[in-house]
Parts: sequence; structure tokens; C-alpha cells
Amino acid sequence: MSDSHAIAESAHETAPHAGHEHPSYLRHHFESVEQQADATNFAMWLFLLTEVMFFGGLFTAYLIYRNWYYPAFVAASHQLSIPLGGFNTLLLITSSFTMAMGVWCAEMKKKSGLVLCLVLTLILGLGFLGVKTVEYSEKFEKHHVPSYHYSLNSFLNPDSDEAAKASGDKPMALDMARHTEVYFSLYFAMTGMHALHMIIGIGILGFMIFRAQAGAYTSGHVTFVENFGLYWHFVDIVWIFLFPLLYLISRH
Amino acid sequence: MSEEAKHSEHEHHIVSPKVYGAILVALLVGTALTVWASYVDLGVLNPIIALAIACTKATLVVLFFMHVKYSSKLTKLTVFCGVFLFLTLIGMTLADYVSRAWGQW
Repeated sequence: MSDSHAIAESAHETAPHAGHEHPSYLRHHFESVEQQADATNFAMWLFLLTEVMFFGGLFTAYLIYRNWYYPAFVAASHQLSIPLGGFNTLLLITSSFTMAMGVWCAEMKKKSGLVLCLVLTLILGLGFLGVKTVEYSEKFEKHHVPSYHYSLNSFLNPDSDEAAKASGDKPMALDMARHTEVYFSLYFAMTGMHALHMIIGIGILGFMIFRAQAGAYTSGHVTFVENFGLYWHFVDIVWIFLFPLLYLISRH
Repeated sequence: MSEEAKHSEHEHHIVSPKVYGAILVALLVGTALTVWASYVDLGVLNPIIALAIACTKATLVVLFFMHVKYSSKLTKLTVFCGVFLFLTLIGMTLADYVSRAWGQW
């Protein structure tokens, strides 16, 4: 057994592709390129399902706490800026579109188009994070970051706070006002995890732009671009739910 | 055998830029709609409408940007299972919270 194995080994080394022709990107444990693509696509979806469960847990926590501490969650959500959040939604949806176009360019073997789409996606993603930075820094300035230095001022004295005053908030009892910290905990957990996914995505995008320039994805093997597209669209979907739930539904 | 034959029939579908453009427009319209709807006081309907619009947008992204409409049955089943499991878990969690004296202290 060991002999035949050794012979097979050496034969493999000298002529790795003797007797069969296939594209260099087809791994030997797959029968065909289609099978390999299907298996990879399936694996990517399984990963995304674990992500759905992960964010789903956060959404469930938000749903339950919002029902418990409804007045606190309404007042706290008035501290978010709809113009900034809306602008970010536009950026992210457009970046999903450019990513989808990138996948199309890769499939049509348009190298410069693919690079352009990836660069646009990267820029839109960075723009999103930039706006998020502006939003976060405002929370730090107003001491709305859950911590020892958390300030209840905007909720106990709404007239002293522009955003609260504009929304017509009434002064809240201390025990309910304290629960605004729960809202901001969930706000930072959810948008923070979303932003982390964006940062990871942008890192991979940067890597892909270099590979795309070298022509790696425009020679018929588009799996990597396709599966990264799935990831990017998933991050977009998370934001599609975060935006109305955190910014919008307590506004009227 | 028939499985394999079926499998090879499933060709890689390339979605055209026109479809992507149409979905982009639909998503932008949906965003405008949900912002507008949030300023109208509809009581309990506000979060329901917001979630309905968000679910519609997410479905468009999954079906077209993520190609599920043109994917194999395996992918479709996987996505369906994921959504179903997620809703089941949320449903079971909420069933617990609405049927106990949680948060009454």
C-alpha cells in the first residue's frame, strides 16, 4: 500500500495534470467547475446564516427592550440625525449597486470596469464610515456613550438639548431616563458590529482591487468576487433594518 | 442520475445591469418612502410599515443583488431555512416574554 502510494505521489509530482485537462482554479477534489462554484456558494450562504443569527440576537434584544422601556427608547432615538442616517443609507445602497455591477464586470471579463466598480464600492464604504464617525463623535461630546460618564441631561432637561427640544420631548422621570443608556448600548453594539463588518469588507475590497488589476477575476473564475458580493449585500441588508429601527420608528 | 442531469442544466445566470439599475431605483424609492412614512403619525402602524418596507427592500437585495432568484434549489432552500429558523427563534423568544411577568418590577 505504501509502495503504490509512493508511486502515485511521485507520478503526481512529475506530471500533476497528466491525463486530464482542467482550468488551473479547479481544485482536484471537485468534479467540475460548476460543482466547485455551487459548493463555495453554499458554504458562503451557510456563513451568512450564522451572521443572520448573530445580528438577529441583537435585533431581538432591541425589540424586547424597546417594548419594556418604550418612553426612554423614543426619547433616546430622537438624538439620532435622520439626514445623516438617510445619507448613509443612500451611500450603502449605492455601494451595493456598484458591487453588483462589479460582479457583472467580472462575469463579462471587463477588467477595468471591475476595478472601477470595486474602487467606487470602497469609496462609498469609506464615506459611510466617515459619516458614522461624525455621528459617533457627537455622541461622545454629549456624553451619550454608555459609561461612568453617561449624561442624562438631554432627557431630564429636554429644553437644554436642541435635538430633544426639536422633537418636543417632555422631561422624563429619573428611573425611565436612566434606561436611555440601554438604548445607546444597543445602538453602539448594533451599529458598531455593523461598522466592524464594513471595515473588514473594506479591507478585503482593497486586497481585491490589487488582485483585480492583475487580472485575477476576469479570466473566468469569479467565485471570490461573487462571494464577497454576497457578504457586502448582507451588510447592506443589516443596515436596511438598522436604519428604520434605530432612527425612524419613534419619530412621528 | 436525474439529479445530476438536473444539476448540469442549471446554468450560471448573468444578471444584466438593467436589472441592477431597476433594483437600485426601487431601493432608493423605498428609502425615501420609509423616511416619509416615519414622520406621519400612524400609531402602532409606524413600526409595522417601517418593517414591511425594510423586508421588501431586503427581499429585493436577496433575490437580485444576491442572485437567489437565479440560483440553484439548494441555495434557495438554504436561504429559506435561514429565514425560517430566525423567525422561529424570535417567535419562541417573544412567546416567553409575553407570557411571563418579566419587567413588571
